[in-house]
Amino acid sequence: MSETGIGASVRRKEDFRFITGNGHYTDDINRPGQAHAVFVRSPHAHATIKKIDVVAALKMPGVLAIYTGDDLAADKIGGLICGWMIHSKDGSPMKAGAHPALAQGKVRYVGDHVAVVIADTYAQAREAAEKVVVDYGVLPAVVDMEAAVKKGAPVVHDVASDNTVYNWHLGDKAATEAAFAKAKHVTKLDIVNNRLVPNAMEPRAAVGDYDFGSDCFTLYTTSQNPHVARLVLSAFIGIAPEHKLRVIAPDVGGGFGSKIFIYAEETICVWAAKKVGRPVKWTADRTEAFLSDAHGRDHITHAEMALDDKGKILGLRVNTKANLGAYLSTFSSSVPTYLYAPLLSGQYNIPAIYCEVDGIYTTTAPVDAYRGAGRPEATFVIERLMEVAARETGVDPAQFRRKNFVTSFPHQTPVIMCYDAGNYNAALEKALEMADYKNVGKRKRESAKKGLLRGVGISAYIEACGIAPSAAVGSLGAGVGLWESAEVRVNPIGTVEVLTGSHSHGQGHETTFAQLVSSRLGISIDNVSIVHGDTDKVQMGMGTYGSRSGAVGMSAIVKALDKIEAKAKKVAAYVLEASDKDIEFKDGKFSVKGTDKSIDFPSVALQAYIAHKFSGQELEPGLKESAFWDPTNFTFPAGVHICELEVDPQTGVTRIDRWTAVDDFGEVINPMIVEGQVHGGIAQGIGQAMHEGAIYNKDGQLLTASYMDYTMPRADDVPSYNVGMTQTRCPSNPLGIKGCGEAGAIAAPPAVINALTDAVGHENVAMPATPIAVWRAAQKAITRQAAE
Amino acid sequence: MYPFTYHQPDSARKAASVAGKAEDAKFLAGGMTLLPTMKQRLASPANLIDLAKCDDMRGIEIKGRSVTIGAMTRHVDVANSKELQEAIPALADLAGMIGDPAVRNRGTIGGSLANNDPAADYPAAALALGATIVTNKRKIEAEDYFTGLFETALEEGEVITKITFPIPAKAGYEKFRNPASRYAIVGVFVAKKGSEVRVAVTGAGSGGVFRATKIEAALTAKFSSKSLEGVKMPAEGLNSDIHADAEYRAHLITVMAKRATDKAK
Repeated sequence: MSETGIGASVRRKEDFRFITGNGHYTDDINRPGQAHAVFVRSPHAHATIKKIDVVAALKMPGVLAIYTGDDLAADKIGGLICGWMIHSKDGSPMKAGAHPALAQGKVRYVGDHVAVVIADTYAQAREAAEKVVVDYGVLPAVVDMEAAVKKGAPVVHDVASDNTVYNWHLGDKAATEAAFAKAKHVTKLDIVNNRLVPNAMEPRAAVGDYDFGSDCFTLYTTSQNPHVARLVLSAFIGIAPEHKLRVIAPDVGGGFGSKIFIYAEETICVWAAKKVGRPVKWTADRTEAFLSDAHGRDHITHAEMALDDKGKILGLRVNTKANLGAYLSTFSSSVPTYLYAPLLSGQYNIPAIYCEVDGIYTTTAPVDAYRGAGRPEATFVIERLMEVAARETGVDPAQFRRKNFVTSFPHQTPVIMCYDAGNYNAALEKALEMADYKNVGKRKRESAKKGLLRGVGISAYIEACGIAPSAAVGSLGAGVGLWESAEVRVNPIGTVEVLTGSHSHGQGHETTFAQLVSSRLGISIDNVSIVHGDTDKVQMGMGTYGSRSGAVGMSAIVKALDKIEAKAKKVAAYVLEASDKDIEFKDGKFSVKGTDKSIDFPSVALQAYIAHKFSGQELEPGLKESAFWDPTNFTFPAGVHICELEVDPQTGVTRIDRWTAVDDFGEVINPMIVEGQVHGGIAQGIGQAMHEGAIYNKDGQLLTASYMDYTMPRADDVPSYNVGMTQTRCPSNPLGIKGCGEAGAIAAPPAVINALTDAVGHENVAMPATPIAVWRAAQKAITRQAAE
Repeated sequence: MYPFTYHQPDSARKAASVAGKAEDAKFLAGGMTLLPTMKQRLASPANLIDLAKCDDMRGIEIKGRSVTIGAMTRHVDVANSKELQEAIPALADLAGMIGDPAVRNRGTIGGSLANNDPAADYPAAALALGATIVTNKRKIEAEDYFTGLFETALEEGEVITKITFPIPAKAGYEKFRNPASRYAIVGVFVAKKGSEVRVAVTGAGSGGVFRATKIEAALTAKFSSKSLEGVKMPAEGLNSDIHADAEYRAHLITVMAKRATDKAK
């Protein structure tokens, strides 16, 4: 292993510019003559728009234009789309209500876009926006999913009169019913998976620009997938054909899924740039982010697990209501369906699974993918069931898991997925050892002496990452293929530029991707640049989400590097006057087998471009290759996290005492970056479990619209993590990578809640387990124990 | 933020004089509440009188059996004052528990008391210690000063110049923080002076800071957290919100009172 090659904990190349304030985020971009957009947003959760009066606002200083939904319609600008078709049980397609970028006739959540004011300055636009008078006919809000599906509930979209987008299902119902019929024990659980607000550090922003000379649009935007944004803006929304639309996602300060989607604001900025003849900029303030970023999770689930008399799982049945909010965001339909139910088998041998999911419209912000996207929800269901079933049957939770683990591969689950490689026992045993699980009882007694309740919780998670084989997702309803592209450009002096369709917004691709090139070509990572996030530079790509950039993005680079090596060998063969079949490439050097004749990589690069040695031959000059990689399977990262915590029963305050994470990510390019991803993921998972929760009141007002009421996990809320690894290579990609970006957020919530329930006498504790929730559970346990 | 006229007087007297002449004026102390409120366009004073240059409104002075703190003294200065840590350690301790370092480096005692946020910390100390609020016009006993949520006895144009705290025999402060904002959900200040015990509660009451007479009685009998075993505070009159309901707050008052009593010195 070289100092900068695969497996080395190389410091992140990009951090210098970030920590010295030299990053270039969308809000740092200012175009000559730039104007500013402020959106008029609905203060009501549900209302008809009777009239929009812009007369007074148009007279305000600096105002260039005010647009409403009518202007979009007049320009034939299409609505925002949902790119994944889900069919209901009865075969009918999902009921997708129109999602105009500016409301047409009706608003459906607080923060819904009604009009845009464009002015010389931000302050002027904001002043004028307050003068736009909208006459609303207020309708009753519908916030609660149970209420939304009741007869007579307010209807969010006419196309879905029962507010149900789909009644979807997966699995074998008859086989599952049969499994439950012969069960010795059935564990039942009601679960709420709390709604979260993503809260990327950088709020969403956009700068739209239009060049009259070339008739070309440029959109700078906070996107995790600029090419997908261009595709949607071009093919569906109709801003401009792709060759006339450039989308640039420069440095992006965190996404967590929320920047995958194509939103109204960037659509409006790029469209309006031509209308007003000036670049148009918009940057969300934090309240706008709370109100209008797509939220995450928000499930209500009833789940049951059937066991035989030996404690083996016979079957699983799950019924989930998923809140999709007021409109279907870009990939929202897939999150509680194909990204959720196929993971319900967890790490276990479960012969029969049946899952039903109802997607529900409510008058709340759209809900879409958020770190983990469906998989945290599934993991929470199965891992809470594992804990409760173990307790109910009097088996140690670790032993109960061992008894039911999948142990041979490949393993076909009853819910689509075919696990290709793993060693679940190894991760469990290592985690138990690292967590000193055998002495938990002793530590519980020590805590009790201090008046504290100690609990320990295990979470054995699995996720499907490396999203995804195009044919597979196509058959499930995806409107796109989920391959990735790469282009490797070797310059004449042997430095390398890699153009990738992956997008880095915190993941460290500029370092890890360069490490791959360094390993393959034997050059320093300082001689490698990673280019991403610009549709004029990178031809096409699918972006970064679903822990796919390593497994899919880097696989495309490997394929391109294979071609580079093959061609470079031919060049070297001409230079060394040998047959290319006799050329070996090792440690950055091409040599002729069995001789001392050799040439280094930079010299071959130069020879490729001067072409003196092979002029007029079949070999073309230059050294530049591109490749697309379409994976053959999902990847299956898995691991075991153990949370140990102490509860103060007087106040309900919970302190996480220790955290053990053992993950199998397959091959690891940069252990330091991977560990960082694990840390961040766990922090977000702890956030979901103990702190975060978006709360709407019955009128559809978001009560948690600022950090005064929405609790983010802070440094002093999270412990020092003890991170370890096991490794089984992923067989479906050339590097053996499984992916690591979402693992912590998937693993952590059930680990916390399992530990909390263990601390409070197995009373159920709902997420977020805030002090009051834990206090109530502790009081219940104390009362119950006193009675027993 | 809406436009406003900015004033920067350099003494308390001048500040009061500007306030007397300016329409719709607000005093700006540390700005930890007022500035965010203005930025959110929830407040729009026509005139803003910045007290930052009023050096005569700053400082901590200990004389005989009382401590006087200038209204513009920042939380960080109260927390770090060696003299105050000797005289009323609970007050220094309280100042060190306010907000975060950024807030403590800007926020002031006078600003906090003038704003009388129902979840602020200083009102509990002022009420439990029996402080005197000194303004440009008069002296107001703490008992008469806090009149409701964000409401005080201050009149239009009246500015707090300093606050005098009698030095107690023993005092302690403990709070239970709102998990999101870290303001007090319940903050309890206990103070013992001679045979009198005063206990003030912030964060919990629907009318702002109040004295917990039930706890005072128990602690007067014997100043020990053991005296509070089984003392149940009523939930009536306490706040309920998404972070804590009245029942939980009532329970926390006793718990925090016990811990404040244990800490008292």
